[in-house]
Amino acid sequence: MTITIVYVIITLSLIGLLSAIVLYFVAQRFRVVEDPRIDQIQELLPAANCGGCGFAGCRNFAEEIVRRESLDGLFCPVGGNETLKLIGPVIGQEAQEQELLIAVVRCNGTHANAPGKLEYEGIESCYFMHALFSGENGCPNGCLGGGDCVEACTFDAMYMDGNTGLPVVIQEACVACGACVKACPRHIIELRPKGKKDRRIFVSCMNAEKGGPAKKNCDVACIGCGKCVKVCAFDAIRMENNLAYIDASKCTLCRKCVSECPTHSIWELNFPERRKKEESSESKTVMAS
Amino acid sequence: MLMKTFKRGGVHPPEVKISAGQPIRSLGIPSVCTIQLSQSIGPPSRPLVKKGDHVKAGQLLAEGPSFISANLHSPVSGTVLKVDAAPDVSGYKREAIIIQADGDEWMEDIDRSTSLKREISLSKEEVINKIKEKGIVGMGGASFPTHVKLMIPPGKQVQYLIINGVECEPYLTSDHRLMMERGEELMVGIQILMKALGVSQAYIGIEANKPDAVKHLGKLSEMYHGISVIPLKVRYPQGGEKQLINAILRREVPSGKLPLDVGCVVQNVGTAIAVYEAVQKNKPLVERVVTVSGKQVSNPANLLVRIGTPVSDLVEAAGGLPEGTGKLINGGPMMGKALGTLEVPVVKGMSGLLLLPDEEAKRAPVANCIRCGRCTQVCPMGLEPYLLGLISEAGKDELAEKEYVMDCIECGSCAFACPAGRPLLDNIRKAKSKVGQIIRSRSN
Amino acid sequence: MSTQLLISGSPHIHGDQTVGKVMWGVVIALIPATLVSFWFFGAGALLITAVSVATCLTTEWLIQKYLLKEPPSITDGSAMITAILLALNVPSNLPWWMVMIGAVVSIGIGKMSFGGLGKNIFNPALVGRVFLLISFPVAMTSWPLPIVNRLALSDAITGPTSLGIIKEGLSSNQPMDQLMQKVPSYVDMLIGNMNGSLGEVSALAILLGGIYMLFRRIITWHIPVSFILTVFVFSGILYLADPTYFIDPVFHLLAGGLMLGAVFMATDMVTSPMSYTGMLVFGIGCGLLTVIIRVWGAYPEGVSFAILIMNAFVPLINRAFKPKKFGEVVKHG
Repeated sequence: MTITIVYVIITLSLIGLLSAIVLYFVAQRFRVVEDPRIDQIQELLPAANCGGCGFAGCRNFAEEIVRRESLDGLFCPVGGNETLKLIGPVIGQEAQEQELLIAVVRCNGTHANAPGKLEYEGIESCYFMHALFSGENGCPNGCLGGGDCVEACTFDAMYMDGNTGLPVVIQEACVACGACVKACPRHIIELRPKGKKDRRIFVSCMNAEKGGPAKKNCDVACIGCGKCVKVCAFDAIRMENNLAYIDASKCTLCRKCVSECPTHSIWELNFPERRKKEESSESKTVMAS
Repeated sequence: MLMKTFKRGGVHPPEVKISAGQPIRSLGIPSVCTIQLSQSIGPPSRPLVKKGDHVKAGQLLAEGPSFISANLHSPVSGTVLKVDAAPDVSGYKREAIIIQADGDEWMEDIDRSTSLKREISLSKEEVINKIKEKGIVGMGGASFPTHVKLMIPPGKQVQYLIINGVECEPYLTSDHRLMMERGEELMVGIQILMKALGVSQAYIGIEANKPDAVKHLGKLSEMYHGISVIPLKVRYPQGGEKQLINAILRREVPSGKLPLDVGCVVQNVGTAIAVYEAVQKNKPLVERVVTVSGKQVSNPANLLVRIGTPVSDLVEAAGGLPEGTGKLINGGPMMGKALGTLEVPVVKGMSGLLLLPDEEAKRAPVANCIRCGRCTQVCPMGLEPYLLGLISEAGKDELAEKEYVMDCIECGSCAFACPAGRPLLDNIRKAKSKVGQIIRSRSN
Repeated sequence: MSTQLLISGSPHIHGDQTVGKVMWGVVIALIPATLVSFWFFGAGALLITAVSVATCLTTEWLIQKYLLKEPPSITDGSAMITAILLALNVPSNLPWWMVMIGAVVSIGIGKMSFGGLGKNIFNPALVGRVFLLISFPVAMTSWPLPIVNRLALSDAITGPTSLGIIKEGLSSNQPMDQLMQKVPSYVDMLIGNMNGSLGEVSALAILLGGIYMLFRRIITWHIPVSFILTVFVFSGILYLADPTYFIDPVFHLLAGGLMLGAVFMATDMVTSPMSYTGMLVFGIGCGLLTVIIRVWGAYPEGVSFAILIMNAFVPLINRAFKPKKFGEVVKHG
C-alpha cells in the first residue's frame, strides 16, 4: 500500500515539475511586452469601467495615458483629482487640478408646474415617447419622465421623484460620467461645474418656443423675455432661440438673475435661505445623507 | 370558392364598417387652411410663398426639394397669413403655410368639370412628370411620392400593377365609397398608371366584405382591357403591400427589398383617382376623402375635405365629439396615430379620423408573457415579436437587427393578439429606431 | 372632456383574449376528466382535488404577497390548472398531506422560484408529481382500482397499472399474450374502467377536453398529434419487430398517462415551443422518450419524465426552429 503512495507522489511531482518547465518556456516565448506603466496606472484607476473618461474601460484609459505620455485633456470623473494626482508621477507629469462637474437636470416641469393634458399609455421609455409625441404636458422640450437617464446611470446617482415626475441627481454619488446626458433624447441634462461650495445657478428650462406657447404648457418656462440678460453684470447670460443660457465660467453666483426672472425659471442650488420667502419646490439635488 | 389571401399570420379585428353606406359628401371650404410642409416621406417642401401673398386654389405653394419629396398646392384661394410652425399630429410644431380662405377661385389651367375623360393624350414620360408636378402621393396613409414609384430604375422590370382597394383596417370606408362612386375615374386612372409603368395587366384587390364594390368594379373592368378584380379574404393586414402581393401574385418580396424586385408596383385606389385628376384634369392633390367614424359618433361620414382643414371641422360635421371619447386617431385603429388635440390640420395621408370611446381605447393591463406563441403565429412577416420585445427591453440592438426587426411592417397584429396585453409593438418600434440609427451611422 | 385623451403607439384596439380566458378555458377542458375521476374513484378523488386546489392557490397567494411583494394573481387560473393536473396525476388513495407537499413543490419550486407565470421552464404539475414519485415511491405506485362504494375514502383495491403489470411480467419472462389477459380491455381503458391515476384512466374524457381547447384555439393540434402519433408509430415498429416482447401500439396509447400528458401537460404554453415546427419537434421528442422509458427504462410510465426532459430542450428548440420568415432570402450555394 505504501509503495503505491510513493509511486503516486513521485509521478505527480514529476508531472508538476515537467509542466512548470514547459510553462516557463512557453510564457517566455509568447510573452507580450507591455509597458509596465499601463498596469501601474490601471491599479490606480477605480475600475468602474463606466466610460466616463471617453474610453471603453479603465485599461483602455491607462493605455491611452501611456500612449500620449501626458494627462492633458484626460480626466477620470470617478477617480477625480485625487486619482490624477497619483497617476501624474507614473508618467512624470504634474496633474492639473480639474474642475469638478456634475449632471444638472435643466427642466422644472413638475406635475404641478406643467400639468398633463394627455394620458400616455405604453412603455416607460423617454426615447420612445419623444418620438411618439410632444409630451403629456405639451412642452416639446421638457422632461418626459420615462427615466431613461436613471436607467443609464451606473453609479446609482439618479432616481425618479414620484411627486414631481422629474429625475433627481444625488450630488454625492454623481461622477459626471455623462451617461445620463447621452441617454436623454431631449438633451435636458447637462454637465456643469459643481461650483464653489457646490453652489450652482442655471436656467431650468430647455424650451425653444416663444413666450406665449411656452407659458401655456408650463408655469415656470423660460419665456425669452431677456430680463436676466439685462440684469447680469458679468455678461454671463445669453439668449438664443427664446431660451436663456448661463455661462458657468462667467457666472459669479450673485443671484440677481434668479430674483429678476418673472417665471422663476432660473434655479439656484445649495444656497442659504434668503430673507424673502422663496417658493422653492423640492431641491433639485439631494444630499445623500 | 377559396379566396385568395396572404399565406402567413394575420388577425381578424371586428370590421365595424358603420360608415360604409354613407355617400361621400363635401365639407366645403375651411376658413383657415394650414398646409403642413412635411406631408410625405422625405424632407419638408420648400415654400414659394410668403406672408401676404394672394393665392388661388391649385396654385403651387411649395416645392419638393429632392427626388423623394412632393410638391404642395393650395387647397383654397385667399391670403397667406403666415409661414410658421404649427402643431402637427404628433403635437410637435412643424413648418406650415397658413392661409386665410376667401372664396373658391381656382387656377385657370385646372379643369373642374366632372365629365369622364377617357382618352389619355400624354406620353409615358409626360404622365410621370405631371404626377410629380401635381404633388401626387400615396393616399393609403404612407404618403410616398407617387412619381418615385413609377420611375423604374434601370435593371428592374415591372410586369404587374396592383391597385389596393382592400381597406383592411376597421372603421375606414373612404376607399370603399371611392370605388362605388368614382369607379370609372378609377379605371381611367389605372390605365394611366399602366401606361406610365408600361404594363398590360393590373389587378384590383378588394376585401370580400365589400361585395358591392367587387361587383361594381368587376362589371366596369370588363370594359377596360387588362384590368381584373380579385376578391380577397377578410383578414388583417390584407392591405399591406407585401401581403397584397403575396395574395394576388403568390410572390414574396424578399427581406429588405421592394415590390419592384418581384416585378410589381402597388398603388392605392385613392392615388389612382388622384392620378386621373392630375393627368386628365390638370388638378393637383388638394383634397381627399376622410372617414369620420366611431361607435358613439352621431353621424359617421365619408367627407371630401380640402387638405389643411382643421380636424375639429370634421368632428363637428360628424355630429360633434361624443361624451367619453378616449382617443382621437388619424387613420385606422391598428396602424393609425393617436392625436393629442383636435387643432391639427388634415394632411394628404389622413384616410380616417376615429373617435374611440374610452373602454375601447384603453389598453389592457400588462401581465407577464405566458409564452402562448400567439404573437408569433399571427405575425404576417414570420417574425417572433415576443423575442424582439425581450431583445428591445434588454437594449441589445445588434441582436435585434440579426432577428430581422427591420422587416416588421408595424401592422400591430402581435400586440392585438397578445392575451397578456404586452406592449410588443412599442418595444419593436424602439428597437427599429435604434437599429435604424446604427445602420445609418454605418453608411456614414 | 372630463377625462384626458389617451395617447399611445398603435395598435389602439385589442383582441378579446386575456390570460384569464386562456387559463380558465383549460380549466373548463379539464372538467370532464375531473368528473370522471370522481365517478370512478369516489370521495378519495374529491378530497385530493380539493386539497390540491386549496394548497396550490394558497401557496401562490402567500408567495406572491409576502415573498415577491407583488399583487397576487391567483384569479388568472394558472394555479388552478396546476392544482387540477397534479390531482389527476396521483393515486386516489394518496394521503392528503402528501398531496399538500406536492402542491407546495409544484407552485413553490416548479413555478414561483423561476419568477412566476410565464417564467418557469418545467411544467409545474409534473415537477410536483415527479417529486412525489421520487420521495414516496410506494405510495405513488399503488394505484387503486375503480371502487364500488363511492363514498368510502380508502376502500380501494390497489395494484400496479396496466403498464406496471406488463413490465413486471416481461422482466420475469412471461409471454405477451398471457400478460395481455391480465390487463383491462381496450374499451375499459378508453372509458376509464381501470386502475391508474385519477387522470390517466379515461382517455375519452381527456379527448373531449382536448377538442374543446382546439375549438377555442387555446391549443393547436401540433403537439398532441405529433406526440401521440410518434408513440403509435415507434411502438408499432417495435411491436411488428417482436410481438411477443413489445406491447401493441393501441395499448400504448390508451394505457398510462399518455393522453393526459399529450393533451394537457405537453401543450402547457409556458413550457412548450413557440413556432409550429418547434412544436412538432417537441412532440416527436416527447413521444420517442416516452416509448424508450416505457420499454427500456426502469419506470413503467415514461410520459412525465419525457415531457420534463423535453421542457429542458425548449429554449434550444426555439432557437433552432424559428418560423419561416416572409421573403426569406435564399442563401446562395
